[in-house]
Amino acid sequence: MRGLGKRFGETTVLDGVSFSVEPGRVTSVIGPSGSGKSTLLRILTGELDPDAGSFEVDGAPVRNAQRPFAFMPQRDALLPWRRVLDNAALGLEMAGVPRRQARRRASELFDTFGIGGTERLWPRQLSGGMRQRVALLRTVVQERTMLLLDEPFGALDAITREQLQRWLLGIWERHRWSMLLITHDIREAVRLSDEVLVLSAKPARIIGRVRVDRAIPRGDGFVLDPEARRLEHELLKLLARAAPGPGATMMG
Amino acid sequence: MTRRLRAHWPPVAAAVLLLGAWHAVAVSGMLPATVLPTPVRVVEQVWLQREALLGHALPTLTATVLGFALSVASAVVIATALDFSALLRRAVLPLLVVSQTLPMIALAPLVVLWFGFYLLPKVLLVAFLTFFPMTISLLRGFAAADPDMQALLRSMGAGRWGVFRHVRAPSAAPYFFSGLRVSITYAVVGAIFAEYAGAVAGLGVYMQSAKNVFRTDLVLAAVLVSSIVTLLLYALVVALEHLLLPWLRVERGLP
Repeated sequence: MRGLGKRFGETTVLDGVSFSVEPGRVTSVIGPSGSGKSTLLRILTGELDPDAGSFEVDGAPVRNAQRPFAFMPQRDALLPWRRVLDNAALGLEMAGVPRRQARRRASELFDTFGIGGTERLWPRQLSGGMRQRVALLRTVVQERTMLLLDEPFGALDAITREQLQRWLLGIWERHRWSMLLITHDIREAVRLSDEVLVLSAKPARIIGRVRVDRAIPRGDGFVLDPEARRLEHELLKLLARAAPGPGATMMG
Repeated sequence: MTRRLRAHWPPVAAAVLLLGAWHAVAVSGMLPATVLPTPVRVVEQVWLQREALLGHALPTLTATVLGFALSVASAVVIATALDFSALLRRAVLPLLVVSQTLPMIALAPLVVLWFGFYLLPKVLLVAFLTFFPMTISLLRGFAAADPDMQALLRSMGAGRWGVFRHVRAPSAAPYFFSGLRVSITYAVVGAIFAEYAGAVAGLGVYMQSAKNVFRTDLVLAAVLVSSIVTLLLYALVVALEHLLLPWLRVERGLP
């Protein structure tokens, strides 16, 4: 998977953003609020067309009909009128898989995701954390080249978020999906990623990248790990430079 | 059971109080019994005239149900078309609003003149009266669809129709049903009104002929029957909603 330059809009929101993402790895993009994060995201999901640039998967340019991404939005966006299992199978159904088969494939993952037994419930009957697991299952089961996660735990309380981050690390360890994570949470980015990219304020470009070694403990030791803290500090400095104006003085 | 009693006693008490007041005025001799019959007499007349009332209620019910069905069907078709085309929306929506300013009272005799004394003018008037609130409810429902859900569907490769079918239409379903609840109460009134303007049978016809011979008790008996018909139709709509949208009760936190 290789991402290349993209530009968009009359006011330049993305000014030649280029990066590449390696298979089987987790890459995060962080940036100040109001940077092109959501624009970038909407280009990747096909919601917007870029004005310049392109992106390629395994060297072949991506056509709109065949998006390589399975998208997980910020809020879970589970459809209230579909039972949990039918929500999980939604992506497959939209891809043209017959309903029964889509349900079967989705249901096979329920136990792995720790939500076995909830298939027949309505989304509203689940807790926020459970709903987010369903949303990830719905994303994963589509079996696209890459998972595209937009602040997946942003809407959750701190304790649930911590639990879900650990859970995601565990389940990722077994499946090794290629993931692109868009977030403004520095700690979350460091904890979950192999590489963190920093986006500048508008017009946005990549102004820094930080590698996070898998040797850094992501579970219990993470909060106390000096190397993780050093990387967070480095990202903070990059972000301070990324947001000029009042944002920068406030951070300083 | 006591819980249910506690929830329902205020409206029951209010109704009893109101009927009591009516009864007291009717028996006080302030007004002659031919002008204001007692509530007991009205209920008596419903029973005594049950065959005639039923015979007249059926055409009214038929007109109501057919007119309402026509109204709902055209509201669904038109609201869907308007949802897909902004141009159409800009062109047609003002016309729909203007259509609501036409006074029913002037229009009803004309419709009867054009379409005769039988079923058709009644059906058309019921449809005309209930169509607008249905269409507006649907349009509001479509517009209230969650943008995140729609973006998600598009990211999965769904086209406009897919997004409409899986997000916009189900989002509009609760709005649709609240529109139904409001419209069904208009519908019976609309049918009776059309009968007033001219028809061969129906509760409106019955009321008019009873009024012409100063039988206020029979007029009120027919009014009572039309209320019962409306309430039954309303209950049917609520039952349908429960049946077709089981998720809505969960969403609203009801048991």
